[in-house]
Amino acid sequence: MTTLNPRIPAKLFAGTGLMLAAGSALADYTWNFPKPVTPIARDTLNIHNEFMVIITALFVVVFAIMLYSMAKHRKSTGAEPARFSGPAGALQWFWVLVPFGILLFIDFVLMGIPAFHAVIEMEDTRTKADMVLKVTGLQWKWKYEYPDSGIQFISTLSTPREQIEGKEAKGEHYLLEVDNEVVLPVGKKVRILLTSTDVIHTWWVPQFGVKRDAIPGFLRETWVRIEEPGVYRGQCAELCGKDHGFMPVVVRAVPEAEYAEWVDKKKAEMATAAAGSDKTWTKDELMAAGKAAYEKNCAACHQPEGQGLPPAFPALAGSKIVNGPLLSPEGKLIPDSHVDRVLNGKTGTAMQAFKATLSDADLAAIITYERNAFGNTRGDMIQPAQIKALR
Amino acid sequence: MNTATHTLDHHDGHGQHPTGLLRWLTTTNHKDIGTMYLTFSLLMFFVGGAMILAVRAELFQPGLQLMKPEFFNQLIGVHALVMIFAALMPAATGFANWMIPLMIGAPDMALPRLNNWGFWLLPPAAMLLTMPFVLALFGIGDGAVATGWTLYAPLSVQGGIGVDFAIFSIHILGISSIMGSINIIATILNMRAPGMTLMKMPLFCWGWLVTAVLLIITLPVLAGGVTMLLTDRHFDTHFFNAAGGGDPILFQHLFWFFGHPEVYILLLPVWGLMPHVLSTFTRKPIYGHTAQVWSFIAIGVLGLIVWAHHFLTAGLPVPALLYFMYSTMSISLPLAVLFFCWIATMWRGAMSFETPMLFAVGFIVLFGIAGLTGLVLADVAADAQYHHSYFVVAHFHYALFAGGIMGVMTGVYYWLPKWTGHMYSEKLGKLHFWLTVISFNLTFMPQFFLGLAGMPRRIPDYALQFAEFNAISTVGAFVLGLSQLIFAYNVWRCVKGGEKASDKVWEGTSGLEWELSSPPPHHSWDIQPVIKSH
Repeated sequence: MTTLNPRIPAKLFAGTGLMLAAGSALADYTWNFPKPVTPIARDTLNIHNEFMVIITALFVVVFAIMLYSMAKHRKSTGAEPARFSGPAGALQWFWVLVPFGILLFIDFVLMGIPAFHAVIEMEDTRTKADMVLKVTGLQWKWKYEYPDSGIQFISTLSTPREQIEGKEAKGEHYLLEVDNEVVLPVGKKVRILLTSTDVIHTWWVPQFGVKRDAIPGFLRETWVRIEEPGVYRGQCAELCGKDHGFMPVVVRAVPEAEYAEWVDKKKAEMATAAAGSDKTWTKDELMAAGKAAYEKNCAACHQPEGQGLPPAFPALAGSKIVNGPLLSPEGKLIPDSHVDRVLNGKTGTAMQAFKATLSDADLAAIITYERNAFGNTRGDMIQPAQIKALR
Repeated sequence: MNTATHTLDHHDGHGQHPTGLLRWLTTTNHKDIGTMYLTFSLLMFFVGGAMILAVRAELFQPGLQLMKPEFFNQLIGVHALVMIFAALMPAATGFANWMIPLMIGAPDMALPRLNNWGFWLLPPAAMLLTMPFVLALFGIGDGAVATGWTLYAPLSVQGGIGVDFAIFSIHILGISSIMGSINIIATILNMRAPGMTLMKMPLFCWGWLVTAVLLIITLPVLAGGVTMLLTDRHFDTHFFNAAGGGDPILFQHLFWFFGHPEVYILLLPVWGLMPHVLSTFTRKPIYGHTAQVWSFIAIGVLGLIVWAHHFLTAGLPVPALLYFMYSTMSISLPLAVLFFCWIATMWRGAMSFETPMLFAVGFIVLFGIAGLTGLVLADVAADAQYHHSYFVVAHFHYALFAGGIMGVMTGVYYWLPKWTGHMYSEKLGKLHFWLTVISFNLTFMPQFFLGLAGMPRRIPDYALQFAEFNAISTVGAFVLGLSQLIFAYNVWRCVKGGEKASDKVWEGTSGLEWELSSPPPHHSWDIQPVIKSH
């Protein structure tokens, strides 16, 4: 703490400049919020920028005074300590009260007024909403429903396990890519309803300026109006268990005509899937579909080879439940049986009621697969039509 | 001085103190208990630090390298619980035990046996918290609590035995803290030297008085909340389960009604200590003693009514959002009074920069960053971006490491010569300061930018655009962690020996505690000093 080297500030500036230059050289390297694409995100960015200027100014002014004092009022320079311990006289009181007047103004006018308007806008989810998107958080994926068109699907991480474990080079959108993207039309006000089936999750897309908790048993809402076509990526933001870091949100915003095409395509896919629950499947078909569906929906906890992660996530290989009877002789559900667990989950654990999220065909395929894989040899199978009857 | 010698003679007459381990187990002496609190705190500081270094090592690069996500989640939650409940709070209680009786001219704490019990509850509580790690090694349970320190239901309802261990640990820690608080309030209200009115009482005691009151108000709420969690887990109550008429957000209200005041519980003792240090090393009286007292009280009161700003994204109604935003912003006013008083105390003094003063100045600047970023976090719209992101992680580490831990270090360097009778190594102290400040900023400054760029907190792996800042942060964290070994060594060296400290220790000190010998006799202020009115 000797006197300041006059060259230090210059070096600091040069250093900062270098860092900024390096920053612009790397495309994704940001020092601020990513580019806003909704009115709320733009508002939020403006507010944030304004606030950063204010607090930086406060910081610089206050600590410049302190640094001046530290340089000037030193024992080593022969300073004699003053004896005052509070404001004395009207003039000193004035100078004591001025900073508080300024702070009051900053808090409740400079910051408070724009903040007020932003809150009102952010919470206005209903005025002139063009459509509704329902988002459901599940451990560890998102379910999206479009009530207007009846479309619904599950969106899960598509980054291969090998990339996460470092056995393969990581792709460009590592951990921010999914199998089924949410598609939304550009320029429409989308009212987003959120809930969860298990624990609290948080739906967050930074470029939308929107972050809202998905709470089991309750509906929460927010809204977006995306102004530019593009793919926008975000993540779950509330710790929701083991794979919290692996449930991204990917939204593709497209022009309205393209959106209509996508809706038609999705509807056709849904019709094919619905037909699947009425036809009779062969065991080989169920096993093949079961393997794929198991790896997508079950393997995160029960592991690809069914060995589980006990005690939290039990093994399916050799499991008493999996190797128990399928249905009662009358074709009814047996409580706490394999089928019951898969359909209705187990309360108080991470095992969810998969009937809420998977199709009849997927459920039948997964159950059949689990009973005949990992060394389990029950030999029996269940048809999608039976699942449909059990719902 | 005469008083002190007299005290020593008087008690040597009884002459029957147990020695060795029994002395520490059975002691009712405020100085012994203070020493035990501080030793425990230092130990747990390294335990909590080791946990987070493992986390930072995992986060050095994208990908999962060292641990599974489940274990990662255990480490981050237990790190926070250890640092808050077993490192920072005991350190502040250790200060209170050592210094409050000396500062107010009391022979000991008002309730010495309670004091002993309060300390000895801590080791079992810390063991409960960390034991599930060990049990998991033997195949029992699936490790420690993995929900983060916030224990949000329903994730915590779903969790393994680690959650139960954490709940019981929190119960015990809470009992310990409430006993400590009762003791401090009783001591301060009843045992001040004649003539020391409340308004003349040293600010450190005032900071602690407000902390103790906050603890007594808020800890029972936390205890109730985690007990409801326990019954939800095991006895089929549905406090936090919507299917049974409960509400998960109720837990967040209960938790943060404790959790927000907890921030001030950790910081008020430090804010109380700062003016003493600044006044000593500027050789000038404290500026605005009364204003600081009222600011402590105002912050305590405001701290009790702003809790929901910790979950502004949970979907609160608009009036609640506006209320919690503006009430949170208003905390900046009493806090600004403190900053004003600190700087005004320095103004036109005759400053010298021994280690405690360096830490005090470092504290003011870095805690300033915590306060200013806290002000912007209060804004509901901007909070939607900051919340649950690394921006928040950076913010509260500026508050609790630069504010809390560096504040505690200020106190240790300031009072260590008084406690041990020896001077610590100034050279090592300064080295420790500079390494700490530089590596602290290297660790946490990049985290602000990570948060702005959109990195959520509590994730074991991250997208590629976050890689550079995470690597810098990890390097900083390891330097920061290793630098603290210098601190431990310096303290150890000072306890063992070194240059003799004078009674006054520092040139600019004032107050009763500096009138006693260094180290003070085993029993001090047997005859109460009298404060003359002036």
